[in-house]
Amino acid sequence: MSLTVRIQREAFDASAESAKLTRGRTDVGAVVTFTGICRGDENGKLIAALTLEHYPGMAEQEITRHVEEARGRWPLLGVTVIHRHGRITPGEDIVLVVTASSHREAAFAAAEFLMDFLKTRAPFWKQVDVAGNTNWVEARDTDDRLAARWQSSERAAE
Amino acid sequence: MKIRYFAWVRERIGKAEEELDPPPAISTVEQLIGWLSNRGEEYAHAFENPKVIRAAIDQHHVRHQTELKGAREIAFFPPMTGG
Repeated sequence: MSLTVRIQREAFDASAESAKLTRGRTDVGAVVTFTGICRGDENGKLIAALTLEHYPGMAEQEITRHVEEARGRWPLLGVTVIHRHGRITPGEDIVLVVTASSHREAAFAAAEFLMDFLKTRAPFWKQVDVAGNTNWVEARDTDDRLAARWQSSERAAE
Repeated sequence: MKIRYFAWVRERIGKAEEELDPPPAISTVEQLIGWLSNRGEEYAHAFENPKVIRAAIDQHHVRHQTELKGAREIAFFPPMTGG
């Protein structure tokens, strides 16, 4: 399986990353590409930018652990996860998850699984810049509930 | 052991990391949080609501009941908001 996990400040090219998972092979029947994008508003207020802090080392490890978990659940042929850090302005990409499989069910499910875990378990923290004031974004209960859907066969560490 | 802080835990404490040697009686994450809270106002502020604090030992998520034994690096941070 082709596996790429990158944490970077720079922008990424979603279509190029997606193409890399299928180039030169004929066993891939489905590719799901999810891109998370910085919105221009947070709770109805216009934002100037997001700044993402992360835990270097643990971020890569934690994402890789969840990719391994996804591989155990679905027959995947390729996974790429790229998460940006630093200052990101509205309209810019934040995160990319690409999953490749022979059939669509595995590709869709694995992409959703990985995104749910990125939201709640990958060590990243968003700060929002609204009119010159910066505030830490609070974790959402809905994200915890979405991640909990997958935990029936997994021991959560907390 | 190296202790690292992230996001608003880091801001409240005023540093990203430090080397500390807690007494041997401090054997769990929960006890370490209690010990740190007594180091000063900034620590007490960061850990005022211990239930929301997440912890990692050697870059793996752990519960507050987890034993510290052999830990080289412990991190404290708020709930994660990536993705």
